[in-house]
Amino acid sequence: MPVHRLEIEARPGLSDALAESTARRLRSELAITAAVRTRRVYLLDLEIDGEGAAAVLERLVDPVAEVGALGMLDDPHGPDGEESSWFLTIGLRPGVTDSVGRSVHRAVQDILGRDVVGEVYTATVYRLDGIPREDAERAARELLYNPLIERLTIEEGRRALDLSVPRAGVPRTPEVATVGLAGASDAELERISREGMLALSLAEMRAIEAHFAEVGRSPTDAELECVAQTWSEHCKHKIFASPIDYTDPSGERRLIEEGLFRSTIRGATEAIAAQRVQDQLDPADAPFLVSVFHDNAGVIRFTEADHLVYKVETHNSPSALDPYGGAMTGIVGVNRDTLATGLGADNLTNVWGYCFGPPDYEEALPPGLMHPRRIRDGVHHGVIDGGNQSGLPYSRGFELFDRRYVGKPLVYCGTVGVMPVTSAGRPGEVKVIEPGDLVVMVGGRIGKDGIHGATFSSVELGEDSPVQAVQIGDPITQKMMADFLAEAREAGLCSGLTDNGAGGLSSSVGEMALATGGAEIDLALAPLKYPGLAPWEILISEAQERMTLAVRPAEIDALMTLAARREVEVTVLGSFTESGRLVVRHGEAMVCDLDLDFLHDGVPLPTLSARWSPPERALSEASVVATRLADGRAAELLLDLLSAPNVASGEAIARAYDHEVKGLSVIKPWVGVRQDVPSTATVMRVRHGRSEGIVLGEGIHPYYSDIDTEAMAMAAVDEGVRRVLCGGARIDRLAALDNFCWPDPIRSAKTPDGEHKLAQLVRCCEGLRAACEAYGVPLVSGKDSMKNDATLGGVKISIPPTLLVSVLGQIEDVRRALDLTPLAAGDRIGVIGETADELGESELARGQGLVLDGVPRTDLERCAPRYQAFARARDAGKLRSAHALGRGGLALALAHMTVAGGLGLEVELDGIAGELSAVRTLFSESTGRIIFTCREEDADAVEAELGEHALQWLGVVGPPSGWLHVRHRGETVLGVGGQVLRRRLQRQGAQR
Amino acid sequence: MSIHDPIQELFAIDRRQARDVRVLVMTGYGLNCEAETIAAFERLGAVAEARHVADVLEGGDDVLSAYQILAFIGGFSFGDHIASGRVYANRVRFRLGDRLGRYIDDGGLALGICNGFQTLVKLGVLPALGRSVGDGLAPQSASLVANERLGYRDAWVRLGFDDASPCVFTRGLGGRTLDLPSRHGEGKLIFADEEIREAVLAAHLIPARYVDEAGEPTEEWPANPNGSAGGAAGLCDPSGRIFGLMPHPEAYLDPENHPHWRAQEAAGELPPVGLGLHILAGGVRAVIDGL
Repeated sequence: MPVHRLEIEARPGLSDALAESTARRLRSELAITAAVRTRRVYLLDLEIDGEGAAAVLERLVDPVAEVGALGMLDDPHGPDGEESSWFLTIGLRPGVTDSVGRSVHRAVQDILGRDVVGEVYTATVYRLDGIPREDAERAARELLYNPLIERLTIEEGRRALDLSVPRAGVPRTPEVATVGLAGASDAELERISREGMLALSLAEMRAIEAHFAEVGRSPTDAELECVAQTWSEHCKHKIFASPIDYTDPSGERRLIEEGLFRSTIRGATEAIAAQRVQDQLDPADAPFLVSVFHDNAGVIRFTEADHLVYKVETHNSPSALDPYGGAMTGIVGVNRDTLATGLGADNLTNVWGYCFGPPDYEEALPPGLMHPRRIRDGVHHGVIDGGNQSGLPYSRGFELFDRRYVGKPLVYCGTVGVMPVTSAGRPGEVKVIEPGDLVVMVGGRIGKDGIHGATFSSVELGEDSPVQAVQIGDPITQKMMADFLAEAREAGLCSGLTDNGAGGLSSSVGEMALATGGAEIDLALAPLKYPGLAPWEILISEAQERMTLAVRPAEIDALMTLAARREVEVTVLGSFTESGRLVVRHGEAMVCDLDLDFLHDGVPLPTLSARWSPPERALSEASVVATRLADGRAAELLLDLLSAPNVASGEAIARAYDHEVKGLSVIKPWVGVRQDVPSTATVMRVRHGRSEGIVLGEGIHPYYSDIDTEAMAMAAVDEGVRRVLCGGARIDRLAALDNFCWPDPIRSAKTPDGEHKLAQLVRCCEGLRAACEAYGVPLVSGKDSMKNDATLGGVKISIPPTLLVSVLGQIEDVRRALDLTPLAAGDRIGVIGETADELGESELARGQGLVLDGVPRTDLERCAPRYQAFARARDAGKLRSAHALGRGGLALALAHMTVAGGLGLEVELDGIAGELSAVRTLFSESTGRIIFTCREEDADAVEAELGEHALQWLGVVGPPSGWLHVRHRGETVLGVGGQVLRRRLQRQGAQR
Repeated sequence: MSIHDPIQELFAIDRRQARDVRVLVMTGYGLNCEAETIAAFERLGAVAEARHVADVLEGGDDVLSAYQILAFIGGFSFGDHIASGRVYANRVRFRLGDRLGRYIDDGGLALGICNGFQTLVKLGVLPALGRSVGDGLAPQSASLVANERLGYRDAWVRLGFDDASPCVFTRGLGGRTLDLPSRHGEGKLIFADEEIREAVLAAHLIPARYVDEAGEPTEEWPANPNGSAGGAAGLCDPSGRIFGLMPHPEAYLDPENHPHWRAQEAAGELPPVGLGLHILAGGVRAVIDGL
């Protein structure tokens, strides 16, 4: 059958949304002014004739809003015959997920009323008028076209009918090769690892060689790949598992024998669990921590009916290469982690946070790097589409900017899930897999996409980074799979499941095999997107939207029937065994036969070396500091701060993320009379008709890591905890996630300062542990991304060490939730916690180009009881609003409260300033502080509760004039109207 | 129910009578507002049942006749690929079209919200001017296209209502306003030609409009999120029993969904239930009253 080409465009006179947004972006980002029209192209490579294609066209075109044609639409001349028209046709490369094509294929079958074999491919035609060739090419290169995933044709004036389709794959006999390791030199082993994109160290290659020498044969290509995936930093977290020899600045050495994960992260959580038992905080049969550290995400207790699941991931490298697809894969990927925890959870809400290079970055970019603005735009749209199309609201979102994120953006995506305490009579958090249970793959088909994703993320980004490392998510396929999995779970058809993420089947089956002590699968049964994949490729492909399920033989028919009704593909690949081995065949051919003990415990963990050398920072001259931070400049400094990228309102773009779907929201991401102030914490119900809710907040302070990562970690935990307490969270039911993004901390020729970076990691972990233990906040899930460096054009760019702490709180009755909005004139404003001279790497200092001393140090001993007292006052109903002071200090908090409330604030600094100047008082980022309002008549009761916790009364909420007035030592140091504050906050946002 | 039942007081619904009202909420394929839609109808006392579209399509000849209200819920059916609601509408047209036509002929109610509204318009079920009993589905004569300010946006909007409209869902809401969340990228209502537009206006088939702070219909962003002419936010058929609306009444089912609920509470003005239920209550009441 011939290929049929359909073209559809907006009816003349009606708006062409894609064309308008393209024209706008060409203008604002590339200074190219062009008239733009667009067309959608569907290439039907299907078993249908011309009549069928015409019938399809008629039902795909909107008769009111669009026109369409079989073949090509006319290309009328532009208004001015002298100017050229450029036609840029952009489609996907062979094998790249085309989810729109899949929907068109479904529509064709509905319209024709029969099954139709074949594929549908989509493309977009951009017609650009009135620009020279070089601008058309630049528009393609810098904005519209990504050569990693797309194909492009540029035509001038007239188009030719193009019926070519990017059919993928070539039929070939799948072959299994062996890799000779015996007798290989060090150099040869390193070459095999490097050229195979295996990311295995020499010691690891030696361990593999020794193992196979013992077995008496050479490994197959698939076995080597399987070991490489399983032992990758991404999967095995070797840096957190290895012993560390730590030397402090005084030369004192100590050995962290059991590694950082066991000693700090897991150590903190176990200590907190033990303390909870001792304090009898939970009934003996209902511990708070339900399941931690061994599943895809941590599980904690919530109500008698539901547990909570929370996971945050990063997807940095893929987002650097293909921002839209990489970030979308990030969000739908982490959605699968919660879906695959225990017997499965239902996703409730998403969170996101990004660290980017400055959007106004003007220096030349090394080859291979996209401009931070393009990365930012693509990342937002990827997570917007992934989240919205999955029907999940977002609760938290942030953006931070630094030049060092130009090399690698950080893209955090997370999901809270709700897990029924029991499903189909079984405990929801427990997978019960028995020998003989079937290995079942569910969801999308396997292609070459995402091959080497796990090992790729374990090396630095380079110009030769592999094309296949990028996967494109397909949220609709996943949504249909998620709905199916929920039905299957309720019907008791699934005994356990795990996501096919990093490492693909090799990881998912390899991991689940531990439950019974073995598994055996046949890759010839696996459904492929196109022919020609080698067995090792099928085994490690990270093609998206797939789960591996364990299914009892008695349930398989019911599962298959349900899957067929839900249009979800389900394939039995093999079964779980007790053989102690992971056995993989492809038909008759043996692909992989690995000892599970070797696979999971064979990785050598050499002792790593860490040495902390406190940074020597050349501080700004005192006279310069005195001038820049003069009290007379307070208003100017505040207004500057409000438009800074880290502070300015991101509301304009954030509103493209759904935050209302499910109808559970209580305190939204944006609050205040005009809902344009970022909330301190968000609150939502979990089930309709119930009053319990969750409270979400986070802390992230990468800038402090330049001074001391221990201070950074404590500040992050402290801020996350204060945020959720301000929202109304119970203080005895907090849990946190740790997400580490680090530059490579292993000393090597490329990383001469690796020992320092590892020492920064040690100090960060120890700070994290101390803060979590002090506040009784267990770490229930986490993730690390340890190679955030890019070497491009000979320049190495490393990110600042960055720890994100995401806190999940619980509230018994959401109707008692608080936000930062002052509610009534005459209410008192108070603050708890000391304000110290802590402006090092503060928002103010960096904005003013000052290097100052004094990173915020968190006095855990004093903060812990302070927060207990705060929670008591809050629970007694004495507080009417609350807000955590953080980046930008008191000044930003007051600005946010003024804008949110639409009421004036009359503030007097003398009490909290002590010896500090007004500017230092306003902009200090001292941790441990909460600002609140309360009724005048409750002030005594508040004082009785909080008086011993560095309470200072700051002033009163004023009338609806909306002015922020701040006085110090009898003088007005700040007087700004609410409208001015709002405009400044929105200024940056408006440009987005 | 006691006399203090807020459902009785606010919506004039006796929940004992509402128990006989059966609502079908079709799910799957990327639709995603089933939980809140069901919760909202149940709060009014109606019986709402979620069924996967595939199971409805494969149901019998009378699969729809057990229900008095069909809810075409919000979401991203098939990812809104091709255009919003297009693939879903085709599937319903070709595989449920006859039964849906008969359901409408028999006086059944349908409520399309957001993606459901887009779907009903593309199915020809709205506005369906001049359609007669036995005609099946009418040709498509209106559409919902990209917002004038491009892109998807989640923000609360205020609606005003036309008491002269035959729409049963908005009956009695004239003269008051209602705040609801709006969450769409393609919500601008257009018609195939001027004649249709004028007929729609003449018959008062636009029961709900975006209004400004003064309560007047507006075309100005952000009060009007998509630039629809005359502030049109919804559309009904001449019978008033089929209604499509872009904003989401089912997402204002608890008082705490409102962005200013804390200020309302401080002022003693917090309603006992979410006021988005007004729209759904209109449908439930119409069934009870046999309209």
